[in-house]
Amino acid sequence: MIRDGWRIVRLGLKSLLVHKLRSSLTTAGILFGVASVIAMLAVGEGAKREALERFRDMGVSNLIARSKRPAETQSSSEQSSWTALAYGLLYSEADLIQASIPSAVVVRIREIKRPMMRGEYFHTSIIVGTEPKFLGVTNMEVREGRWLASIDNKRLANVCVLGATLARILFPLENPMDQTVLVAGNDRYRVVGILREQGRTAGAGSTPYDECMFVPINTSRRRFGEQVTTRSGGSFSRERIELNEVKVQMPSSDDVPDGASILRDLLDENHKNQSDVVVTVPLELLRQEEESKRMFNIVLAVIASISLLVGGIGIMNVMLATVTERTREIGIRRALGAKKKHIIQQFLVEAGVLSALGGLVGVTVGIALPQLITYWFDQTTHTLPQHVLLAFGISAGVGLVFGIYPAWRAANMDPVDALRHE
Amino acid sequence: MTDPSSNSDDIIAEFVDVHRHYQMGDDLVRALNGVSMQVRRGDYLTIMGRSGSGKSTMLNLLGCLDRPTTGEYRIGGRDVSQLSDDALSDVRGTEIGFIFQSFNLIPQLTVLENLEVPLFYQGRVGAESRKKAKYLADRVGLGQRLGHRPLELSGGQQQRVAIARALMNDPLFLLADEATGNLDSNTEAEILNLFDDIRAKDGITIVMVTHNPIVAARADRALWLKDGEVEKLVENGNQAVVAGEHA
Ligand SMILES: Nc1ncnc2c1ncn2[C@@H]1O[C@H](COP(=O)(O)OP(=O)(O)O)[C@@H](O)[C@H]1O
Ligand SMILES: [Mg+2]
Repeated sequence: MIRDGWRIVRLGLKSLLVHKLRSSLTTAGILFGVASVIAMLAVGEGAKREALERFRDMGVSNLIARSKRPAETQSSSEQSSWTALAYGLLYSEADLIQASIPSAVVVRIREIKRPMMRGEYFHTSIIVGTEPKFLGVTNMEVREGRWLASIDNKRLANVCVLGATLARILFPLENPMDQTVLVAGNDRYRVVGILREQGRTAGAGSTPYDECMFVPINTSRRRFGEQVTTRSGGSFSRERIELNEVKVQMPSSDDVPDGASILRDLLDENHKNQSDVVVTVPLELLRQEEESKRMFNIVLAVIASISLLVGGIGIMNVMLATVTERTREIGIRRALGAKKKHIIQQFLVEAGVLSALGGLVGVTVGIALPQLITYWFDQTTHTLPQHVLLAFGISAGVGLVFGIYPAWRAANMDPVDALRHE
Repeated sequence: MTDPSSNSDDIIAEFVDVHRHYQMGDDLVRALNGVSMQVRRGDYLTIMGRSGSGKSTMLNLLGCLDRPTTGEYRIGGRDVSQLSDDALSDVRGTEIGFIFQSFNLIPQLTVLENLEVPLFYQGRVGAESRKKAKYLADRVGLGQRLGHRPLELSGGQQQRVAIARALMNDPLFLLADEATGNLDSNTEAEILNLFDDIRAKDGITIVMVTHNPIVAARADRALWLKDGEVEKLVENGNQAVVAGEHA
């Protein structure tokens, strides 16, 4: 049985090799179809993963409210440079959020930009004043030492935890643990812990947390206050911000929609006129992204399917031509005892071999193509084995489906007519 | 051998009042119109007649490539006139060896592969079929050409391969259609000698459609058709025999 099967395939190949150019062109049709299916699925999957990663970093059960400098008041602050521009989230609001959503974990965050020094090493980065809960909510981990404790907050302790990148910058040669970092010239903080590298984009504004220094929020409030004075050129601008960010972690992602609407209602009341607070819901963004990616993927799949369809039509075309050309051969085989099923088998196998060859080469090209796309267009791609199998399966299926009609025609020829055919 | 009263076991193929009609628009063409005849074991029978007399129709029926409109066709005592397409394929594959005017080898296959085709459809391809193919190729003088393609052979050689192929399934009879029609006279003589040789050594039965009196002269009997009916059955030696003599 297997030997017979192999014989059919081998002799099928032989027949296809009679018309090498024609067979390879037909094969190419399937090849491009399969390769494009794999490549497009890889691009789609890559984009999906990228988006997922980004939003997962922000936490899919988190809500994020962030203070934002209102744009339209820029000119008014220019006029009276000594009046501080007050905006953003307040401590009282954080309390209100916690009271309104008792099941949530609310984390207050204050961000201050300051130069930091350790010996000859120097870096300007963000000092994140926050609470012990921060670590769990952002899903970060301590690599060495410990994280901030409530006692640090109570005592207004001058201790800090360093992001992995910042630790490397300030302490390239020594272990930072229990060493001190000098902030803005005269404030000293003892390093009690170092965070594990996150490798995420999420952070304090545009500064990834890896590059930040973390201190107790009460310490931050005491040392830096709520007023920020920035000098630009000859003029000063003064701002008053209590909190830069409040992270709200819901018990699970199912609670996110409810939490989001409570949070929005609450903040809308205080910040309706000034658009100085922005609420970001990673889960919503993720859903939107998934939705748009789904459309994107459908479009890609349709395009790829069309190219496979075209390949399939090519196969049908060639098989019809083959059947017509080989009418006499069909008659001979029938005279020598072939049943209809044998003829169907023979031409289906030829169509199958044709598309499977295209499929095999197509798989190879299809696996290589996404890497080139990544290289040339800097587009993340991800090839899943099941996509490769799918594409190959479709190609084999296309060969069979489009081979059925020609094979059926061949089998149903009248043997007498077929033998008479020139 | 040609004694009409011989044992009925010796009758390997038999037409009983066979009709084959074609509807051509409003006309009914009676390509065969009540033919009865017998082929006996070891026979060398030619079917002759003018163009349009029904020779090809008869050959197709004898070869189970077609079914009679009415009447019986018995092969080895079994009525095959109304068998299914698959069953007829089996009859062709096991009982009949075809030899065609234009050789009809499959061009992309080697001589060996061509020889194995009939057994392949019986599910009998393997070491045995290779051995047999080699034996028969030797038998027709082409033992050294097993790996060749048909188009690398002369016409006479191709027809030898075709004869070997027709013998692969140990058929009840060989059915030849103008087997020497495409050959020059020297090659024709060689092929006819080969037929004689096969017949002498293997006792094979041969039915051959031909126009050619030279071919007919080598046979035992000639069945003459006219307008779809048996005109006469001529024993070699040219004694005319009345049609339907078996009845
Ligand atoms: N498929 C067919 N359809 C209609 N008429 C046919 C067909 N085959 C043969 N005939 C007719 O049957 C008659 C016998 O034809 P055929 O058997 O081919 O004769 P021969 O082979 O002796 O020349 C002819 O009149 C021919 O036209
Ligand atoms: Mg004819």
